[in-house]
Parts: sequence; structure tokens; C-alpha cells
Amino acid sequence: MANTTSIMLAGVGGQGTILASRILAQLLLDKGYDVKMSEVHGMAQRGGSVTTQVRYGEQVDAPTIAPGQADFILSFEAMEAARTAHFLKPGGTIIANTRRIPSLPILIGKEEYPDDIDERLAERGIDVRWVDAYSIAEELGNTRVENVVLLGAFSTVLPFTEGAWKKAIAQVVPPRHVELNVVAFQRGSRLT
Amino acid sequence: MKSLMTGNEAIARGAWEAGVRFATAYPGTPSTEILENIAGYDEIRSQWSVNEKTALETALGGSIAGARTICAMKHVGLNVAADPLFSSAYMGVNAGLVIVTADDPGCHSSQNEQDNRNYAKAAKLPLIEPSNSQEALDFVKVAFELSEAYSTPVLFRITTRLAHGKSVVTVGRRVDVKPREYVRDTSRFVLMPAQARARHGVLEDRLIQLEDWACTTRLNRVEWGSRKLGIITSGIAYHYAHEVFGEDASYLKLGMSYPFPKKLVEDFAAQVDRLVVIEELDPFIEDAVRAMGIEAEGKAIIPRLGELDSAIIAEAFEKADSKSPPPEDVTGRPPMFCAGCPHRGVFYELGKLPVTITGDIGCYTLGSLPPFAATETCICMGASISAGLGFQKVFNMLNPADPKRTIAVIGDSTFYHSGMTGLLDAVYNDVGLITIILDNRITAMTGHQENPGSGYNLSGQSAPQARPEEIAKALGVERVTTVNPYDLTEVKKALDNALADPHPSVIVSRAPCALLKREAVRRPPYFVDQDACRKCKACLKVACPALYVEDGEVHIDNASCVGCGVCAQVCRFGAINQTEKTGEN
Repeated sequence: MANTTSIMLAGVGGQGTILASRILAQLLLDKGYDVKMSEVHGMAQRGGSVTTQVRYGEQVDAPTIAPGQADFILSFEAMEAARTAHFLKPGGTIIANTRRIPSLPILIGKEEYPDDIDERLAERGIDVRWVDAYSIAEELGNTRVENVVLLGAFSTVLPFTEGAWKKAIAQVVPPRHVELNVVAFQRGSRLT
Repeated sequence: MKSLMTGNEAIARGAWEAGVRFATAYPGTPSTEILENIAGYDEIRSQWSVNEKTALETALGGSIAGARTICAMKHVGLNVAADPLFSSAYMGVNAGLVIVTADDPGCHSSQNEQDNRNYAKAAKLPLIEPSNSQEALDFVKVAFELSEAYSTPVLFRITTRLAHGKSVVTVGRRVDVKPREYVRDTSRFVLMPAQARARHGVLEDRLIQLEDWACTTRLNRVEWGSRKLGIITSGIAYHYAHEVFGEDASYLKLGMSYPFPKKLVEDFAAQVDRLVVIEELDPFIEDAVRAMGIEAEGKAIIPRLGELDSAIIAEAFEKADSKSPPPEDVTGRPPMFCAGCPHRGVFYELGKLPVTITGDIGCYTLGSLPPFAATETCICMGASISAGLGFQKVFNMLNPADPKRTIAVIGDSTFYHSGMTGLLDAVYNDVGLITIILDNRITAMTGHQENPGSGYNLSGQSAPQARPEEIAKALGVERVTTVNPYDLTEVKKALDNALADPHPSVIVSRAPCALLKREAVRRPPYFVDQDACRKCKACLKVACPALYVEDGEVHIDNASCVGCGVCAQVCRFGAINQTEKTGEN
């Protein structure tokens, strides 16, 4: 559908992309949109590349995002931003974490972590906004909230109030973690 | 109230609303969460079975005994359960029985992408296919009505995108369906040849009646748009097609595609100029349309392989606006053993041996990848042992003086699922296969489901604990050794002893999955002493995500290291040390 907005969250298994997308989807549901969300479980979670796709609008058909169809990509890891870049539509935006997580071929010394990601994305004419979410999560004393810091950074490209995001966080995150996640979200939102 | 639900959650909810009282399954991606969600409903007794065959037989028993029952499995699980599946069609049901098959187009987490709609036709069962979570919830309820109205199990087919995709649903209330009285009826429930022949006739008659039902049910509907293009579609493919064509096409959306609603198809085909079938995987609908003598396009333009998406369909119709740019060529990111994974040490040692290693289904299938490059086969659940037996038997035959040895590697849950029978085969035929049971105390890959060895059941209550060692001994294996997989010397010694023994033997490698919070032990992390390090990078051969190289130096990430110590045992220079001693030395 023409009025559907497509958001792809890309990262590495274990980084919390699913939780972040659940918060996003809850917010969109609260706002009365039709929402579809697609995620992959199973073996890919063992340190492999993972994507979660969220689409919203008045009425959403396909649950997945085709190449060239994403309005936004939120990448949790630098290399994953490049891996998913072809899903972005012309004029779309990528918010990307500067975090570099070496993959298996890099870990065992067969390949090098690419140093030219920024250039390659620039060559494609993509608007990329890099954020260092990991450092902020470290400052907050829990690197696991890196995902919500990123969600905060991403929130500024969407037209929703901080209150709406906070409400969604409170619905998705276990009560004892809400406070930390709200702080993480707020810190992230100031990055972009 | 509206909420977002995965297809799996919606099926669980639909089953609950339909008055289901009993549910069985063996976990398998993408079906696992159906039973996990059902376990949250107090009115339903639910259980993990040891495999899909026992799950379906148990479900069939439950249905005949009088309770509405649901049974869920992944697509390849239905192969395991195919025997009772075919019998169940002959017998029919008492209370409703719905069998969910979760197919995996694209092989996200499977060894094949078989299209289980073919099972409906082969076993002669009605087939229901929802397209989104709301339909999943609604159609399950219809499936139970249908099951009881026609005394037939119903095959309910979903795919990964539906199982794990979330969409908006409005929930309803549970109806209290009274249990049905069980009445002894050997003419139905004892499939001796004489009864079976008669039941076959009943089954064929039932299919004719079900086809009439398929032509009038609201599960099958026509949406009129432009009549220049008529699309027959089902499942998730409907949404991809609708995304591309909207009002520019008319749709015959089949929620029940077997028995095939011929009358509906005939009427629809007569009213459109061009007829195209859009479906994932096999030409299941297309073949049925063509068998009616109606000309339709389908797999000539729509791929048979993998998942569809809206871009693939747009392209098939040459409707794509512009070709999207090609993907960036980026270093791959295959899945790998987690930091502290107990499989690591075993595969590190196995990778060094001149043996053939037959593998199985689980996280440890990753042992086939570099740098371990150990495992050589992965066929299906349980096949490591039985295929390994075949390897060893032929190796023995071809080179009796010095046969190459075979080692089968299987996880705990997979061993209970269908490894035990193969092991008995090895003992019975006295074939010197070495079987390693990787007992990580949980069904790990599908997301930590309990199993007969974990000590808990699906509801989280404590349960009798199966011991692989005792099972192996009871099956007649004489050499049964237990090792700590974090101790490479111990692993190596057990392997050497087993290799010296010409008879079947079993090594149980026991340590909890590193992600299993209730059992895993987190020890102080290790670090690399850069002064002692000779930069040989031997430690990288354990492929641990906690190790990384920066400016030519290997470092260990404090946050991800769980202190398993495997990398330290690989270092010949004593350069990898624990940050603080645990005090037990």
C-alpha cells in the first residue's frame, strides 16, 4: 500500500533488535495504526545477522519489506547497515550504531572488518546518521540497553511524542527495567 | 480489544477460544511458540512430547477420548508423524482435532522447504491456510467446528512469516465445549484390513462432502476489483499479491484449499480475462486448476523456491518501477557457537580427528562450519546415529583390517526424539559406532524448551529426569563415559578410549547451555597477557565471539566471556589467564 511506512531493524543475534521492534510496534498500535511486524527466530539468533521488519499505515498488506522499499533502517551494528542498505528506498534514512561486532570469518582471521562502510553508503547517496549507542549504554551501567538507546536515536525521525514512546516502553519492558530503559531512550533521542 | 499477535500466539488464543482442552507438540521452528502460548491457558492441559509421532498419536487419543485437541509441529515434524496422520484420516475423530503444520519457505531454520499442503491431498484431510494473525485465530475456531461436523482431523498450515509475523487481532471469548463421550467403536478405531477397507470408502465420501463445504465456506472468498486480472492465492501470498495489485485485480482467496473448491474456481475463472495463481513453493493450487482443464499461469512466472515478497511478484508481472540497487558485498555473518557454549570444546577436538562425523539437528549443526569443519552430514532428526551406523558398517565392509571410524554427534533432545532407536540398532548389529550425546540440559536451538532430560515439563513443574547414560546402558551399550566438555584433555581421552574399542560406545558430554540461566555457571572472565602472547592466533581456532583481534593483538571481551576456559587450554604459551581465581584450586 502506498501509504505504508516500512522500517527495518538490522543487527546481530543477541543485540535486542526484537525487543526494540516490539516497543516500536506497540507505539504504532497505541496510535491506532495497522501494524505488521516480521522477525526471524531459530538458528540465526546464534550470533548471525538478524532483521526485524515493521510496517505501519492505515492498512498494511505484506508483512515483509522488499528491496528498495524501506523508508528507514535502524542498524544496530556498522557492517549490518551496509548489508541491509539495498532495502532502503531512494531518499530513505539510515540510523546506524557505530558498534563493530566482528563476524565468524573475521574472528578466525580469514577476513578483515571492512573500513569503508561509510564511503560505500555515501556512494549510494544514502543519508546515514551514525550514533555511538554502546558508549551511552556503558555509561548507564548496562550494555544491554544499547538497543533502547538506539531506539531513542531513531525516534526523532518519526512524528511521535516522547510520552507515547515512554508508554510503549512501559508496556513492553518488564516493570523493574522500565526506568533504566526510559533513561536510555531519552539519552538516545538526544543523539540525533 | 486490539493487540499485536504472532500467528503462533493467535493460534494458541484461537484454540483456547474454541474450547480446546488438550494440546501436544514437539518444539520446532517456526511452530514452537504455539504450545508455549497454550501452556499459559489454565483450561488446557498441554505437553511436550518426545517427538512429533508421539505428539500426534497422543493428540489423536485425546480427541477420541473426548477432548478438543490441538497438535503442532514444524513441517518436517509431520514427516515423523506421517504414520498416525494417514491413519487418523481413516478413523476420524470424536472431539475436534486440529493438526498445525508450520512450513518454512526459505529454510530459515530447517533442512528443507517442503510444502506440506501436499500432505492434505496425500492423507485426504481438509486443509486450512490463514493469511494473517486474525485469520489464524478465527480459522482455528472454524477448523474445530469442521473437524467435528465431518469427523475428520483438520490440517492447519502456516508458514514462518505467519508464525513469527505479528499483526493486529481482536480477540473473542472462550466457548465452553462439553467433552464428548467416548464410545468403543472398533469399526473405526481398529484399522484391521477389513475395517480399513470400509473406512477408505467413508473417507472418499467425506472428501466429496468437504468439497461442497469448501465452495460455501467464508474461508474462501472472492474480492472483485478489475476483472482484467484474476488471482487465485492463499496464505501469506495473498497479502503480497494484494500489496502489488490492490484494486487492479480480482482475487479468489482460498482459506481452504483442499478439498479443492472446483465450483468456486470455475465461476471465478469464467469472469476474468487473465488467470494467475500466486502461491509459495509448489504449484498446489495451480495443478488443481489445470486438472480442471482451466488454463492458468503460475509457476511459469512465480518462483517455486524460497519465500515470495511483493517485489518478486511485481517483477514477475514486469510491474516493478525500477530495479533496486544490488546488495553491498559485505563479509558474511553466519551463526556461531555462543561464548561459553559447551559444544565448542567437543568440536575443537573432533575437528582434529581423521574420522567421519555424522551430525544432527540442533545448534551443534554449526560444527560443520569452519574453523571446526567437523560434521559431515545433517539429514534429519536422529539420523546422526543411524546414518553413522550405515557409514561404519560400510567402512568395516570395505576395509576390514583398518576401517575408518565414524562418530555420531547428537543433542539431548534429539537423542530422546529419535536417536535412541538408532542406538539400539547399533547395539543389535554390533557396529562400532561412537555416539556423542551433547547433553546441554535443554532443547536449545528452538529457544530453551524443556525435554525429558531437563527435569521440568512444559508447565514448568518438575518432572522425572531421563539420564542418557542409563538409557544407553539399558540399550546395551557397554562403554558409556561422561565428560565435562570444557576440559579438553578429558574429551580427548574419552575419544581415544572409544576409538580403541571396536564395539558401539557412547560419550555423554554434559554441561548446560551457556544461555540457560537456571543452570549455567558464569566464571570469572579470561584475559590475554599480551607480554606472554606470541601472536600465533591458535586461540582463534575455537571461534569464540568473545575473542577479537585489534591491531594484531587478540583480546577477550570482558562482557561476553563467561570463563569457560577452552581458549586458555588451546594456548601453548600460557598467555590466556583468568582474571581472578575461583579459589577451588
